Amino acid sequence: MLSQYLFFFLSFVAVFSALMVIFEKNPVHSVLYLVITFFAIAGHFLILNAQFLFIVHIIVYAGAIMVLFLYIIMMLNLNKEVEPHKKNLPKLAAVLSAGGLMMCLVGLLQGADTGMLPSAQNNTVGLIENLGKLLFDKNGYMLPFEISSVLFLSAMVGAVFLTKRKPAVTE
Amino acid sequence: MKDVIIGVPVQWYIYLSVVLFCIGVMGVLFRRNAIIMFMCIELMLNAVNLLMVAFSRYHGDSGGQVFVFFIMVVAAAEVAVGLAILMMIYRNIKSTDIDLLNKLKW
Repeated sequence: MLSQYLFFFLSFVAVFSALMVIFEKNPVHSVLYLVITFFAIAGHFLILNAQFLFIVHIIVYAGAIMVLFLYIIMMLNLNKEVEPHKKNLPKLAAVLSAGGLMMCLVGLLQGADTGMLPSAQNNTVGLIENLGKLLFDKNGYMLPFEISSVLFLSAMVGAVFLTKRKPAVTE
Repeated sequence: MKDVIIGVPVQWYIYLSVVLFCIGVMGVLFRRNAIIMFMCIELMLNAVNLLMVAFSRYHGDSGGQVFVFFIMVVAAAEVAVGLAILMMIYRNIKSTDIDLLNKLKW
């Protein structure tokens, strides 16, 4: 029973603050609501016994990515409600198409073969030890892990290169 | 360790992910501010992450959680490059309104 209450509470928080991300006028408030959504999703990870992803999710999303967003908003001085709003017809179209997508996905799930989540007593798939063994195994995900480090390096170089001011042409 | 997840069907997680993903889609279509659209893309990625963790738990397979880890890596790289591009756009047109970018030139 407790887990069901926890599930509904975390889901309500996640969906509510996700909606507030969209409908909030001030971009800074949107970022803060998105942080709340990420914490709710991290809570879901915790009750699913994915402890490694819980920590990584908080550090990477709430700690790094959202700070990057806040930093950019601060640097571009966008913390005002200067956004000219769309007309009502594109807004209605957006709501209708997203609602239609949701109807399609929910309709597809009717009659799907599902069941209860298994008990956590001897469920250790989310612990750091098992994930590390799989991640650094030669036959596991060792190669994608190394490739992703190259991806990070190229992303860093690309970001620095893109935001560098071009020197004034003197010739 | 006390069992906390007993009594929750995997279907509830599927519905929650669908709702979060559709909110993300709606945000991308609804707003004109490019930063908010970026945040909605992050929201969609997170909905998929949540679903993958739920399925990984349902089948007792660690592979899904490793994939979630890689999705986080790619999302971080994507945000760094995307925000750098946004900075460049802001320097050129002094705005982050995507409706001003509809001709791919300025």
